[in-house]
Amino acid sequence: MSYEIFLQHLSNGIALGSLYALIAIGYTMVYGILRLINFAHGDIFMIATYVMFYGVTMFFMPWGVAVVVAILLTGALGILVERLAYRPLRNSPRISVMISAIGASYLIENLSIVIFGGRPKAFPIPEFFNHVSHIGSISIPRANFFIPVITVVALIVLLYIVNKTKTGMAMRAVSKDYEAARLMGINVDNIISITFGMGSMLAAVGGVMWGIKYPNLIPLLGLMPGLKAFIAAVIGGIGNIKGAVLGGFLLGMSEIMIIAFLPSLTGYRDAFAFILLIAILLFKPDGLLGKNVTEKV
Amino acid sequence: MIKLNDIHVYYGGIHAIKGISIEVEKGSVVSLIGANGAGKSTTLRAIMSLEKPKEGSITYKDKDITYEKTRELVKNGLVLVPEGRHVFTNLTVEENLILGAYLRKDNDKVKEDIKWVYELFPRLLERKEQLAGTMSGGEQQMLAVARALMSKPELLLMDEPSLGLAPLIVKDIFEIIKKINSLGVTILLIEQNAKVALEISDYAYVMETGKIVLEGKGKELLNDENVKKAYLGA
Repeated sequence: MSYEIFLQHLSNGIALGSLYALIAIGYTMVYGILRLINFAHGDIFMIATYVMFYGVTMFFMPWGVAVVVAILLTGALGILVERLAYRPLRNSPRISVMISAIGASYLIENLSIVIFGGRPKAFPIPEFFNHVSHIGSISIPRANFFIPVITVVALIVLLYIVNKTKTGMAMRAVSKDYEAARLMGINVDNIISITFGMGSMLAAVGGVMWGIKYPNLIPLLGLMPGLKAFIAAVIGGIGNIKGAVLGGFLLGMSEIMIIAFLPSLTGYRDAFAFILLIAILLFKPDGLLGKNVTEKV
Repeated sequence: MIKLNDIHVYYGGIHAIKGISIEVEKGSVVSLIGANGAGKSTTLRAIMSLEKPKEGSITYKDKDITYEKTRELVKNGLVLVPEGRHVFTNLTVEENLILGAYLRKDNDKVKEDIKWVYELFPRLLERKEQLAGTMSGGEQQMLAVARALMSKPELLLMDEPSLGLAPLIVKDIFEIIKKINSLGVTILLIEQNAKVALEISDYAYVMETGKIVLEGKGKELLNDENVKKAYLGA
């Protein structure tokens, strides 16, 4: 393979990895605070793409406005899912909440089929993103430049909030010890809502960019990216934001590269993610950046 | 300052607290002593609304707070240092202190108070950037107390501050409790280490299986034959 073609794949790998990373953050944040895998997260991501579609084609919003609306509505949906499906089960066994999460996922998927219809729709792509840069013999769509940049910006904002603000401190405190957090006067339910809102908004950012790269919208489109992002979060060490990003990039990159180097395996592309997961967990059961937590009694 | 009136608490079917009445005067140190499982912690948890009493009432500064939200209580100067410290081990010492002042809006004053607790606990200043989980038990207990002070408490509830600490450190902790009290903070204290607790207490209650079985001035209980036998190992 020539150097140029390698660069071409590299750019695709970075873009796909960024998208997985954005979605994976939502899984990892929710897990960190509730010890729950939010199975509906991939579907929340899907909803963002449909909000974009209807915002632009039905309500004639300018593209930028539609993006803002999609991010806000998706964030609100994440909060709503938590309110309706998870909060009532706060003191129930964890398995009940997990089943409820699976239920929420199926509900959103099937409601979407009813409401949006099963026939594919075309994601609205603004003229701006139709541009393709040619560098030597390689051609890179403009989205491939923007996706990683936006991901990095979103990540910096998120890490600032989590590490430097009082709300972020409260989020970390709640993730460690509900009751002690409550004793500080922290409104634990609010902090959990904020966590779902932020995770879902990042998924929406991912959804918008996903639509630009893969504009074919169907109600089940969140399934595979959701699953892959979940794998990315686990590979990186679930509960760890930087781990989710690392896992996302690793997964996206290796997925693209396996096809690049071994084109005959293209059909096994999705299976590869699972093989990678199993291989990494065999050697590092807590994920790459996950801490081996020893409880001090 | 606070008054518990015939409080009953149940854990499922278990009647953990069977009608206790306690009063704490402003400015005093009151302790609640008794064996494991007597219901001491449950009493403090009921005050902080972490458990809901089935019967009875709690009044704080002449206001009924029986079913008040925990965060409202914190806002009004009630704070609990929980058993087992429960500092946020994944946060730094300074972040723990900032969260202690979570509900306060007077940011400048909070900064001053952080300096003030560092003066009170110089060890914490040395470790301000360190994760709380990496500190020793005694240091974590100091942090738990310091964090509670950050909310500007009027009534400080402490659950077993000496638990699992070396005798010398226990002495330090009780010196600090006395000092905090001398600054005008009222203290309601739970202890298994009855001797140290009674020595600094103005008044004390002895609990057994969910009931108050004895009460009196700290010094009196220290010389009480029954207390000596049961709790002081004499």
